[in-house]
Amino acid sequence: MVLSTTEAALTILVIAAATLLTRVLPFLVFPAHKKTPDFVAYLGKVLPFAIIGMLIVYCFKSVSPSAWPYGIPELLASLFVIAVHKWKHNLLLSIGGGTILYMIMVQYLF
Amino acid sequence: MKRNALKTAFPYTLPVLMGYLFLGIAFGVLLHSKGFNAAWAFMMSLLIYAGSMQFVAINLLVSPFQLAAAFFITLMVNARHLFYGLSMLDRFKALGKLKPYMMFSLTDETFSLLSSVKAPDHVNPKWFMFFIALLNQGYWIAGSLIGNIAGSLISFNSTGIDFAMTALFIVIFVEQWEQAKNHVPAMLGIVITALCLILFGADRFILFAMAGILVSLSLLRGKLHAKESE
Repeated sequence: MVLSTTEAALTILVIAAATLLTRVLPFLVFPAHKKTPDFVAYLGKVLPFAIIGMLIVYCFKSVSPSAWPYGIPELLASLFVIAVHKWKHNLLLSIGGGTILYMIMVQYLF
Repeated sequence: MKRNALKTAFPYTLPVLMGYLFLGIAFGVLLHSKGFNAAWAFMMSLLIYAGSMQFVAINLLVSPFQLAAAFFITLMVNARHLFYGLSMLDRFKALGKLKPYMMFSLTDETFSLLSSVKAPDHVNPKWFMFFIALLNQGYWIAGSLIGNIAGSLISFNSTGIDFAMTALFIVIFVEQWEQAKNHVPAMLGIVITALCLILFGADRFILFAMAGILVSLSLLRGKLHAKESE
């Protein structure tokens, strides 16, 4: 360990506090007893769809399309998840299957 | 009333159970490999409770001591949570004493689950939402403990296990896509973020992407709003 126990514990507490801040801030800015502005309410409706799209791209941020294996394992595993989920709507199959397929690909094939 | 809400909530959390067990185990294994035992895994998953940030936190724990850097990196990585809060302002309004925990536990997965499900008629929506959040954190803590302890008992190659998080988001995306009348917001989320990733690089794109999504959704308000009420 690079850090002492106290330093590691402090680091964790600071990370926890900063995380909490990002989660609580919107509720502090727009308190419950006031009517939420229409514009913010509109954002609340459309944002969830956009954010999941953003998070998917976020998961692929370390994939390099210009160097081997060109993101092929990520692409194949993602297509697998989409196809299997559309077909069966079974979460264990989609998530578990996709993850195991990906692990096999990156450990043995690529 | 509570029992009923817990029973009803449980099946909805199964996708997160899968994802969090996989991911939590991956986190626990990695944390153990850096010399931190199960007590550390437990405290981190209890207090921080933010999947991707806890992976970043492992890096911080093996770097020189810098509290300010840890604080600002956390704000950057977790800035997307601001969106979740904005989306939940109205739904969290009547939560009373449950509200503090609901705000604290608003992770990517809990948020996407809460935003895509509604409590059935016979269930108290407050407790339904609370148990979804509580069960999810339970899975996360359990996963990180299992992974940390397994890491000390057996050695196995866990490379690629973090794809569980990606798979979980893809599944949620597919489900939202099938429910949504209008696919423009979902498409915008992907296209703008991908563009920002190409333009600004992996370390800095997320804030630009968030700004881009906010601006474009604001500009499209008239159109999207009209479609929504059709």
